[in-house]
Amino acid sequence: MNTLIVRIAAIALAGALSVTSASAQDQSLAAPAPDGLRKGGTLHEDLPAPPIAGDPRDVNREVRNYPEQPPVIPHVIRDYQVDRRFNKCLDCHSREAAPGAGAPMVSVTHFMDRNNQVRADVTPGRYFCTQCHVPQTDADELVENNFLPVNEVIRRMREDSQ
Amino acid sequence: MKSWLKRYWNLLRKPSVHFSLGFLTLGGFIAGIIFWGGFNTAMEVTNTEQFCIGCHEMESNVYQELQGTIHWSNRSGVRATCSDCHVPHGWTHKVARKMEASKEVWGWIFGTINTEEKFEAKRLELAQREWHRLKANDSLECRNCHEFDSMDLTVQDERAARAHSTSLADGDKTCIDCHKGIAHEMPDMSGAAGSY
Repeated sequence: MNTLIVRIAAIALAGALSVTSASAQDQSLAAPAPDGLRKGGTLHEDLPAPPIAGDPRDVNREVRNYPEQPPVIPHVIRDYQVDRRFNKCLDCHSREAAPGAGAPMVSVTHFMDRNNQVRADVTPGRYFCTQCHVPQTDADELVENNFLPVNEVIRRMREDSQ
Repeated sequence: MKSWLKRYWNLLRKPSVHFSLGFLTLGGFIAGIIFWGGFNTAMEVTNTEQFCIGCHEMESNVYQELQGTIHWSNRSGVRATCSDCHVPHGWTHKVARKMEASKEVWGWIFGTINTEEKFEAKRLELAQREWHRLKANDSLECRNCHEFDSMDLTVQDERAARAHSTSLADGDKTCIDCHKGIAHEMPDMSGAAGSY
């Protein structure tokens, strides 16, 4: 008899705990979160997606912000196939095609393997262009960016010291 | 054989005994309409997207690749489906292409590309066949929609305008020479001889 009561009490307790923990979970999901990249709302809410940023049409080549920066892509690359079979970018940017297409050739670093040995063609490690090179859009920055090129930093430091 | 042919020739030459001239002419006319209409309707059915992707070879490979390209969905809502590019629109060439397609029926019956691996193995050959066809007819199916005379070169990219105003304008090159792999994925070109 005693064991039965203990069991019933245990089940009731477990049930009560599970109910409270479930509601606590609901609360944590519904709680307003600090604004991150996803502004406003809670984890539960679906917010309408912002419109997709427009493709750039007539843009010129952009100045690099630091010497090692991979140059950004100044044209639309919709439906460009870059996979094991084919690389659409190299249609114009390969060593052979670049002058005829009026496109910059992929730099010699793309031909180097991990031992800095220059190979006959673009090496697999540098084959997937959009790993580093991306087109630019008119999208708003997700986070504020205070980046300054190093010359600008030096110039300001000189100005400050004078 | 000769006497057999002669018998039928004489039968054809003999005037009709039982049927009136009106029945034969009008009946022949109506039967002609039904036959001709039926023939063209049946041929148009084989031009529909539903017919093309009725075979899984088309449905699970090339049809999937078409989706997402600019010819499938774009801001002006014009779609080019299979037959718009792969079947000539003029009647004579269309019938010629339909006769060629009997080889594709053969391939379907014997499962030439009925797995992804088989399709990938033949991708280059299939693509080159279609490129050669478009090269030979001066990209006729492209030009059904994209007319050179209607192109405003000034709103094109600088590089595109340069290519269109030179090589394309003087007939040295045709659309497919540059615009490959726009509606389907490109094959591995390392197996292709020289410049494809």
